[in-house]
Parts: sequence; structure tokens; C-alpha cells
Amino acid sequence: MAQIIGGIGTSHVPAVGAAIDHNKQNEPYWVPYFEKIAPVRAWVRAAKPDVCIIAYNDHASAFSLAVIPTFAIGVAATFPPADEGYGPRQVPEVAGHPRLAWHLAESLILDEFDMTIVNEMAVDHGLTVPLSVMFDQPEEWPCKVVPLCVNVIQYPAPTGDRCYQLGKAIRRAVDEFPGDERVLILGTGGMSHQLQGERAGLVNADFDLAFLDRIVTDPAGQAAVPHTDYLREAGSEGIELVMWMIMRGALDEQVREVHRGHHVPTSNTSNGVIVLENA
Amino acid sequence: MTTKYPRATPDRAPRDYDDIPGTYVMDGDHSRRGYALNMFCMSLNQEANRDAFRADESGYLDAYALTDDQRDAVLQRDWLGLLRLGGNIYYTFKLAIFDGLSMQQVGASMSGIEAAEFQQMMIDGGRPIEGNRTTADLGATPAEEQH
Ligand SMILES: [Fe+2]
Repeated sequence: MAQIIGGIGTSHVPAVGAAIDHNKQNEPYWVPYFEKIAPVRAWVRAAKPDVCIIAYNDHASAFSLAVIPTFAIGVAATFPPADEGYGPRQVPEVAGHPRLAWHLAESLILDEFDMTIVNEMAVDHGLTVPLSVMFDQPEEWPCKVVPLCVNVIQYPAPTGDRCYQLGKAIRRAVDEFPGDERVLILGTGGMSHQLQGERAGLVNADFDLAFLDRIVTDPAGQAAVPHTDYLREAGSEGIELVMWMIMRGALDEQVREVHRGHHVPTSNTSNGVIVLENA
Repeated sequence: MTTKYPRATPDRAPRDYDDIPGTYVMDGDHSRRGYALNMFCMSLNQEANRDAFRADESGYLDAYALTDDQRDAVLQRDWLGLLRLGGNIYYTFKLAIFDGLSMQQVGASMSGIEAAEFQQMMIDGGRPIEGNRTTADLGATPAEEQH
């Protein structure tokens, strides 16, 4: 059977993608951040995932306000990088895993998570930046990807607990998947940041560090945190952190923290990363 | 105040996030106010549309059911006003990308400071949460915040 080999939580800041694409990783502004993700890259190299399930959000790229799925799963064989307004990112096309994706879609819906099934979808920085965080600049991405797209732009996003429970359902589905795939699950977005309004630039490092602690030791407690606490304390775009709960839900109750990094700022964002293994 | 447009009064019962200062939650009330505006912004994802908008901004906007204020705010690049008129930052940022602006430049404009100052604020750890949790923190009365 397929197995979950671990989970990664990471911000998916566009500027990080741009720094990688334009070879700025050695510039003074970026060195401290990239030093903090070096152990993530080393861990992923050793862990050799066959497929990554990436919980991310679309930022007005594949989806608009015309149709707003709360949870959408990509079942296609390929997903092209989206044009977000300046032409598509020059990164490899993302290869899907249709057999696993369809298994997940069917299993999750029968498990009462009413997924939207997507056969055609461009993927934006929310999905491709985490790939760059893990794999830098390969010719081809070294693993397949199942995109799990979560609405966190139109209020209300799914609750933290709903995301946590979805993660648990994903775990059940992966555990039943006939195959020997090594599956890595990612929760992306955050950490504290606010892009909009007079309060733009908000960062709450204390909130972020407490979140990193709690996602390891008290995920059910963190899952109960209401939206308004995220909006107020972590900034209006900090609500993206609910997607990390999907990743956490797919892991065992007890996890081992392999690596943690936190860096302020990358662009307008407090940037966090964590690598977890089942204990 | 960096925009002439007041904050809209929500057409719904008060909510517990209404007192978060300088923040426009994209709820149903906000979304229905800004639907056409945001969909215009979304259209700039396509190169052909960017070319058409570049050639004739005002004519291009005719295809979208914008209010006069929304149309003005687009043409004036009133970044804060666009939010107050129903815009969402992920959508309005498409217009900023079109203009070649960074998120930090737009953030500076919306918060009424210079871009260099905004950038330095981020390097220094960002806008602190202390003093920015509620409108009461800022010493503004709710009425001031709303209008
Ligand atoms: Fe995001």
C-alpha cells in the first residue's frame, strides 16, 4: 500500500519563487531565508517522495469569483503554470497522478468530503513555489503532484478543524491505495501576513512561533482556532495557515519535528517552514 | 486618509471581525459589491486583454458593470479606494502587476507611507501587532474607522 512518508508546512511567497527563478539565492536579502530551507531540501532529497499532495490556494489564477470551490482536487495528467499577470513562471509543467487523484476524490467524497473534481487547471505560485522550495531549479520536477486547492480568499475559508479532518480522510485514503508510492503531503501558505488595506505589512512572529509549536504538539487545539483569531492576529492573509492543518491531519497523532525555520521578512510575509515525520 | 472613498457600511448584521483596523474582509457583503470590479482585474491574467486595456483603458472598462466610483478608482489607481469599493487585494494586484508595481509599493500606497519606508518596516520585522489589533487600539472611534 502507498504510505505517507511525512509532511511539510511552508509559506508559498511569490517573491521566493522569483528569487529562485532569477538566481538571487546568494543575495544578502535572501541568504538567511535559503539557509533556513537548506535542511528541508536535504530531507526531501533523502526521503525521495514519488508523489506530493499539495494543499495550496489559487490566487485568482485558475479560479475567479465566477466559481469558488472550497476544496478542489486536480485529477489531470498535467497542470501548466498559470499566467498570474506577468506571463507564466518559467518552471517545469507539473505532472499529476491521475490514478491516485481519482482514488482520493472517490474515497474523500464517500467519506463525506464533497470535493470538486478538476480535469483542467493551471497552477499558480501557491503550488509551484513550494516545489521550488523543495527542489530548487530541476529540469523536471522529480515527483508527481496531486493539487488540492482550497478557497481561502472568499470568506469563509473552511475551518481549521474541517481542514484537519480532511487531512485525516486523506490519510485513510492513501493508506488504502494499492501501490507502493511514497507520498509526501504539504500544507502551504501563511504565515502571518496582511497584503491589503491600511494595516498592510502586519507580521505577528509570536503567533507564528506558537502555531509552529502547536501544530506539532496540539493539532486538535490549533484546529479549533476560529477564523477571526487568524484575521486579527495573523493578518487577513494569514488565514492561509488553515491549509497546514490538512497536512497535519494526514500524519499520526504523534509526530517528530525534523526541522523548523522561521524568517521575517520575505517580501511582505513572515515565512515559516516545518518538516514532520510520523513518530 | 489616502483615498476619497469612505469605507462602506456593511449591508448585514455586525460581525466580530468588523473592528479589525485597516482590513477589508472578503465576505459575501464585500464580494457582491466588488464582483464586476474583481472580474475586470481577473481579466488581466490574459495577455490579449492586457494589450487591449493598455490600448484603451476607459473603453476596455465599458465591458464591465462598474460603478462610476469603481471606474474612477481603477483609472486613478486608487489602491485603497479599490478595496473600499469591493476589491480584493489578490484581484486588484493584477492591475498593479499590469503597472509593474510590487506588492510592497501597493502596500505602501494603501497604508499611506512611502515605499522605502514600507520596505524598511518589513525588514525591521513588519507592522507590529501591538496597537493594531482593534480600532480601539488605534484610538479611532468606530465611526471614524467606518467613514
Ligand atoms: Fe497564498
